[in-house]
Amino acid sequence: MKSVLPVLTIVGAIFAIWYGAAVWLNAPWAHDVAARADRVLSLPELVADTWAQDKPKLPAPHQVAVELWDTVVGKSITSKRSLVYHAWITLSASLLGFVMGTVLGFALALGIVYNRVMDMSVMPWVIASQTIPILAIAPMIIVVLNAVGLSGLLPKAMISMYLSFFPIVVGMVKGLRSPDGMQLDQMRTWNGSRMQEFFKLRLPSSMPYLFTSMKIAMAASLVGAIVGELPTGAVAGLGARLLAGSYYGQTIQIWSALIMAAALAAAAVALIGLMQRVVLKRMGLS
Amino acid sequence: MQNKSLASSEAVISARNLGLVFPTADGSVEALKDVSLDINKGDFVSFIGPSGCGKTTFLRVMADLETPTSGEITVNGVSPEEARRARAYGYVFQAAGLYPWRTIGGNIRLPLEIMGYSRAEQAERVSRVLDLVELSGFEKKFPWQLSGGMQQRASIARALAFDADILLMDEPFGALDEIVRDHLNEQLLELWKRTEKTIAFVTHSIPEAVYLSTKIVVMSPRPGRITDVIESPLPRDRPLDIRDTPEFLEVAHRVREGLRAGHAYD
Ligand SMILES: Nc1ncnc2c1ncn2[C@@H]1O[C@H](COP(=O)(O)OP(=O)(O)OP(=O)(O)O)[C@@H](O)[C@H]1O
Ligand SMILES: [Mg+2]
Repeated sequence: MKSVLPVLTIVGAIFAIWYGAAVWLNAPWAHDVAARADRVLSLPELVADTWAQDKPKLPAPHQVAVELWDTVVGKSITSKRSLVYHAWITLSASLLGFVMGTVLGFALALGIVYNRVMDMSVMPWVIASQTIPILAIAPMIIVVLNAVGLSGLLPKAMISMYLSFFPIVVGMVKGLRSPDGMQLDQMRTWNGSRMQEFFKLRLPSSMPYLFTSMKIAMAASLVGAIVGELPTGAVAGLGARLLAGSYYGQTIQIWSALIMAAALAAAAVALIGLMQRVVLKRMGLS
Repeated sequence: MQNKSLASSEAVISARNLGLVFPTADGSVEALKDVSLDINKGDFVSFIGPSGCGKTTFLRVMADLETPTSGEITVNGVSPEEARRARAYGYVFQAAGLYPWRTIGGNIRLPLEIMGYSRAEQAERVSRVLDLVELSGFEKKFPWQLSGGMQQRASIARALAFDADILLMDEPFGALDEIVRDHLNEQLLELWKRTEKTIAFVTHSIPEAVYLSTKIVVMSPRPGRITDVIESPLPRDRPLDIRDTPEFLEVAHRVREGLRAGHAYD
């Protein structure tokens, strides 16, 4: 109960600001329309108009809610007008990219921890890879992969992977190195092999780091998939909805796609959080 | 275990003119200098001396966790590395160092898993050593559910679970209060008598050293070296109140003198 009140207060404040901002941002258009019709709007009329425009600068929450309802519940999920359909297109690419990124990140972390040459050389490249704006290389990846005959899911997944392997590398290098000197010495006194050291000490020690990294990677890979849908003028996916929305000034569509993306990210991250709780609980770590 | 056949006076650990220099940023540190010592089978040897005199370093050299820069040392007649590979010793660190994601039983099973004991044997040994350190019933508990003293006992049990004749212990009771410490000292003596292990034990406490040991090695720092080796005249059977006898106090006095002499040196 204690946590409900603060949360509701924040949510209430957000809605209040949102409705207020909608009035403020959409008022000029409302005034223009009224002026052309030679009318002057009273305040209630103005407010009502700004919350119900077709192509508002900022749609009011209930407009977005109606659009979400129409496109999520109101359409068959195989329809191109269904937001669920588009969300799945994006989600499938980001899940694939997330898995590839996790595997790649894990492999690189292993290399960095166990190989001196990789330890000295790989990390700067990993960091450099993330300093290049993803918007700059996403089109190149799409174009190059298209040229070799790959299109659809995989190029988008590659971009997701590109963003999501980074937190995994950083987190897992830290996690695999988290056993202290004494724990490693202990292994040595038992004459444990490197494999045993890895599976019985380093890997379990890294679990808390892994889950934290996976949460960040999941969110990043969703961003990657959406960005991957922008440059191609893709026909499907949340990115395509965003792009089409901005071409045609369909702000309500943009906002509902954004909220859908946020909901997907929140759900995926929550799922990883649940896995984290279960695994760490079973390991006795929480 | 070829060494079992050797006579009991045979040195289990034998160091000759051992030296170890740590190179550090601000000059090198001579952690051990000209250290010679024999530890016989069945001995309980305590190392005592001021902080930084190389007690831990010496123990780590025996365990092949540190490599000496000069001199020679054998453990069970072979190099420390070979002895380590043959799993000749159990090492108890100052901190219990139990894995938080393993239960007490799981922690004790860890070296057994690594050494390839069968599951049945693992279970049998775990319950036997838990009994030995009076922790039966705690097998399924996680380390954080135990007090510091119980955790330390579990870590001793872990070092006892496999068949090593040598037990190396680096201030295992350093962080515990006097009463728990007395109790664990008694238990350790009991265990030593029953298992006939050879024990090398680092401590800062004179009564602890005198109460436990058959041989007390006094060390002094800068450079780390042995200043006195005292053979204890006390019998192997030692009730706690032996600490009030004149013999005990005399040994304690000699240890204190040795420590003082070491200090006067620098
Ligand atoms: N890895 C290391 N690198 C550099 N110097 C070290 C290292 N380990 C120990 N030393 C130095 O060697 C000397 C002996 O250290 P050691 O830990 O053996 O002392 P100790 O007798 O165990 O002391 P304490 O009673 O405080 O545990 C100290 O001067 C210490 O600073
Ligand atoms: Mg020490």
